[in-house]
Amino acid sequence: MTLSQVQLQVMWTRLISVVEEQAQALVRTAFSTSVREAGDLSAGVYDAQGRMLAQAVTGTPGHVNAMADAVPHFIRDIGATTMRDGDVYLTNDPWKGTGHLHDITVVTPTFHNGTLVGFFGCTAHVVDIGGRGFGADGNSIFEEGLQIPIMRFANAGSVDQTLIRLIRANVREADQLIGDLYALATCNEIGQRRLIQMLSEFALPDLGAVSDFILTQSRDATLARMAALPQGSATGKMQIDGYAAPVDLCVTVSFNGDHVLCDWTGTSGLDPKGINVPLVYTKAYACYALKCAIAPDIPNNAASLEPFRITAPADTIVNAVHPAPVALRHVIGHLVPDTIFAALDQLLPGVVPAEGAGCLCNFQLSLRPGVGAPAGAQRAEVLTFNSGGAGARPTLDGLSATAFPSGVMTMPVEATEHAGPVIIWRKELRPDSGGAGQFRGGLGQLMEVGAREGYAADFSAMFDRVDHPARGRHGGADGAPTTVALNDGTQMRGKGRQPVPQGARVMLAFPGGAGHGDPAKRDPGAVARDLALGYITATTARDIYGLSQSDVDAILKPAL
Amino acid sequence: MTDPTIRLGADIGGTFTDVVLEVGADRFSTKVLTTYTAPEDAIVTGLHIVCGKAGITPDRIGQIIHGTTLATNALIERRGAQTALITTEGFRDVIEMRSESRFEQYDLNLTLPLPLLSRDQRYTLPERMDAQGGVLIQLDRADVVTLCAELRQGGYDSIAVGLLHSYANPAHERLIREVLAQELPGVMVSLSSDVSPQMREYERFNTTVANAYIQPLIASYLHRLADRLAAEGAACPVFLMHSGGGIMDIATAADFPVRLVESGPAGGAVFAADIAARHGLDKVLSFDMGGTTAKICLIRDQTPKTARVFEVARSYRFKKGSGMPISIPVIDMVEIGAGGGSLAHLDALNRITVGPESAGSEPGPACYGRGGTRPAVTDADLTLGKLDPASFAGGTIPLDPAAAQAALLAHLGDALHMDATEAAWGLAEVVDENMANAARVHAVENGEDLSDYTMIAFGGAAPLHAARLCEKLGIARCLIPPGAGVGSAIGFLRAPFSFEANRSVFMPLSNFDAVTVRALFTEMREEATTFVRSCSADAPIVCDYKVFMRYKGQGWEIPVPLSQEVAEAADADAILARFEADYAALFGRTVQGMAAQITVWSVNARTPTSAAPPAAVVAAGATPDSMTDRQLFDAALGRSTQATVYARAAMSPGAHLHGPAAITEDETTIIVPDSRTATALADGCIALDVKDAP
Repeated sequence: MTLSQVQLQVMWTRLISVVEEQAQALVRTAFSTSVREAGDLSAGVYDAQGRMLAQAVTGTPGHVNAMADAVPHFIRDIGATTMRDGDVYLTNDPWKGTGHLHDITVVTPTFHNGTLVGFFGCTAHVVDIGGRGFGADGNSIFEEGLQIPIMRFANAGSVDQTLIRLIRANVREADQLIGDLYALATCNEIGQRRLIQMLSEFALPDLGAVSDFILTQSRDATLARMAALPQGSATGKMQIDGYAAPVDLCVTVSFNGDHVLCDWTGTSGLDPKGINVPLVYTKAYACYALKCAIAPDIPNNAASLEPFRITAPADTIVNAVHPAPVALRHVIGHLVPDTIFAALDQLLPGVVPAEGAGCLCNFQLSLRPGVGAPAGAQRAEVLTFNSGGAGARPTLDGLSATAFPSGVMTMPVEATEHAGPVIIWRKELRPDSGGAGQFRGGLGQLMEVGAREGYAADFSAMFDRVDHPARGRHGGADGAPTTVALNDGTQMRGKGRQPVPQGARVMLAFPGGAGHGDPAKRDPGAVARDLALGYITATTARDIYGLSQSDVDAILKPAL
Repeated sequence: MTDPTIRLGADIGGTFTDVVLEVGADRFSTKVLTTYTAPEDAIVTGLHIVCGKAGITPDRIGQIIHGTTLATNALIERRGAQTALITTEGFRDVIEMRSESRFEQYDLNLTLPLPLLSRDQRYTLPERMDAQGGVLIQLDRADVVTLCAELRQGGYDSIAVGLLHSYANPAHERLIREVLAQELPGVMVSLSSDVSPQMREYERFNTTVANAYIQPLIASYLHRLADRLAAEGAACPVFLMHSGGGIMDIATAADFPVRLVESGPAGGAVFAADIAARHGLDKVLSFDMGGTTAKICLIRDQTPKTARVFEVARSYRFKKGSGMPISIPVIDMVEIGAGGGSLAHLDALNRITVGPESAGSEPGPACYGRGGTRPAVTDADLTLGKLDPASFAGGTIPLDPAAAQAALLAHLGDALHMDATEAAWGLAEVVDENMANAARVHAVENGEDLSDYTMIAFGGAAPLHAARLCEKLGIARCLIPPGAGVGSAIGFLRAPFSFEANRSVFMPLSNFDAVTVRALFTEMREEATTFVRSCSADAPIVCDYKVFMRYKGQGWEIPVPLSQEVAEAADADAILARFEADYAALFGRTVQGMAAQITVWSVNARTPTSAAPPAAVVAAGATPDSMTDRQLFDAALGRSTQATVYARAAMSPGAHLHGPAAITEDETTIIVPDSRTATALADGCIALDVKDAP
């Protein structure tokens, strides 16, 4: 190391801090609850060639590679020579952005002393983009909403009002979406200010030296990890609900010394409805799963991601191409890591968890004034993010009602009820839903939700694991499956838009994570605690963990 | 006889209890070891020491102001009372489910902090309010009575009540309190609508649970303390420093003990604010660096920035999200694991990382020679020439440079092919960069640009690092006040009596109702003023008005301070203009065509801080006599320099010198790099300025 490497390291740290600031500014100024409450966003900084140097650690591994790939698309489509200071570009192209039309990606070129020195990019999930509304029911991308190709949002500082009018005319919550576009532009601007300050402070003309340093260090560290892995390959398979028919996910993971390859050959073809996944999104979650197991501490950038190679035959459900419907690409995307873990458990024993709920348990309610509507009642779209249980780890129980692999937050119930005329009547842990095992799966959750008096609603379901619960590992039991029904007992489907009669409630039970290891080996103290706290019922304690009735009574009726 | 001009400040910290006595313009201070089993003992010991120094008896003291880490520690160490939570049916697990997210994305073996109350300590009742405060399900008194029978069997000392949307309508929470008072007399009760009347159930419930959990412990301590002080002759009123930087009486502190969390660091911020006032500084960055952590706070217009939520007891390397959120008015600080004892190591990418792990006082940094082998920040400071090995802590702790260098080489230098000095440079640069980044992120979260700020640095390690931070942050001037070692306790004596009344009332400006607004402000002003009046019968009281505003549809508000005229006139146009100006300053531009709304209203009543006497201006005069020279590594130049060493005692007002230099005193050393000059000001502060400043 030479002296200047200390300074290069300082600048690397600085860039990571800059993108965190950038993400924070987005949360503070965003309008959609998905962004401001749940953190479904990402932010990154790029060098002048479009190579990602740092990315904020936000709620969404789904944006990991997608963000790394996005800026080169903007450079190609806009043309570097036509870029000017004050320009802001955007797109929601699923294949050039982050996988569906509801993610808006905004990129801002940064100039220093008249020279293009880099880019800031950010992405956020908006609640509505027109079309059929957020849900699985589209038959092609054309039904899923307004498509915005890579274009200018602002030209040398002035916002394109024609674009704004066009967007306003095509979406349900126009103010919210326009507000979010401004928030995205703002957050890049904040990043830009800091970058220019840094270049001035260190008297640098551009990011060249910093960029080379970051990318070289990152590549070397990643390759060192890969070289230390046991070389070989293994295949993981998992069947899930799908929409029209069950979907088989199949991946072969190969540790090849200087790279890791994930090949999705053997996976089902496209679904006719909107649960297909652009490859960029498959790549994101595949990389995320591999990084968790192999290199959790190496920051994401162009070089640290490059040695993770992800391939899938075209027109498999994990490599959907235009114009396949992809609105709910997250459902299968979130199940990618569990599939990869099935392979990794063979290559790296004792590292990965059992299967979990996987995909977020999201739903959207479209509300409209109904019989007896209050004066001034209006339509509203309310989106909520919720989580089931995570899989048990080789030495730890699974996390209850905690998102994995996604990292988004749930929205506070009180914030959701301010967002539209809905009432969430229940949101709490679901006893007995964690798969039994030496280490128990995380608990899912129970929710009850309905429209306020005077409103009718459509319920857009985005669930999996109805017919395919999380499978236990090494003797652990399966987690509980998803159930969806009306409060009169009528079963509902796990995916798709379905009417909710006025006055009815939707009763939701979100899936638990699977167990790891033989339940007979579970620490009796842990079983007693689970029973005392109501994580498991007396029936489970007796039938699965082998407690006697007197054991159960002693635990449930502490000396009074 | 008590004398109102004699006041005592006492700060119970993790290691030391600092006691400061002011008798008119004279100040006497001492540090005694904190006595964990009976914290009041250390205060009493310190009380007698400073009274002895001042030559007075304790009965002369007119007022005692106290701050403590006890509340924070009780939460961190989970040493609270047998506590229950009563909540809305269907929401038993809110404090356990948290935000349903993981604060560290890539750790497959992550564990989440356990809730303060386990599931069997959480009870529910059928009832429900809507978001506007309307009743959806009426609470039945008989259900509460039935629940009380169950609670009685649980043997609870304290009960938290957190119901959905109670910030909008507290009626059901109040009914529960009424029934509990009848059925379970003697049990303490905390209502979420009193403790933290703000939207977002997880934060509100958790704050209320935390309050209930520490209430028996703190209430009993406070009453014991008052009795003990009286028995020692100090029968004067005792007040508590609260997290928001103001003072409250013992009864209020016993009702809302969660407001004592971080009261010590809040005192530090008030100390810095007082120095700012004396120097007429409107934009100040307070930088407090001790042995384990560094605290950074923004001070605008001589008032520390406040926030409405912060996180206590972070369990995972100080990582955001790994603690528990507490939503109360607090001085908005960032605390990071960067102190003199913070340890360094190399990560997977051969990057030097520093903290939050700390060597503490045992074994301490390698150079203490007490068995520590890993390099700490102090080892780097010693190796770079910032510290004199013979005069550290007034010469009581001799430092071993060879041990520091060996640790730096073994853990950093050898792997990076660096010599000990380069490794020390790298270590110091990383910790300084961490602190600078924390300051930058904090500034952006508050929409501030630090380049026109002045830094005020205190705490044992701050003067060693302050100038380098200024270089990194582009800050032109830094003040290092005298008495910095007991800054928090001095701050207690500078704090106003204050109380902030808040209301969550949604009001779009398009539907602005001036009559309601005037009534709201009047009601809050009375509430806040009444409280302050209870602490001080005749002091003048000023009220600060603030609304929290956003565009319709946003979830986070920005604070918009209002002048008394605008607030009293309830002038919607003036409020909108103020919001747009503040929003544009924060985020670059306003959002065209969007409606603005007010979500939270606030009135802060306070006694005006005794107008700080302005520090006299002195002309830069002669350079004092130096003691010696030594080699000092200059991080900005990237090379060693020949530094002159001065004694702070020799820096009489006007004394002026050029870096590179070191100014030594018993508790610390002020480092003046090549880029800075140092000037002694009339009040004893040392100013570090950029050399070419006019």
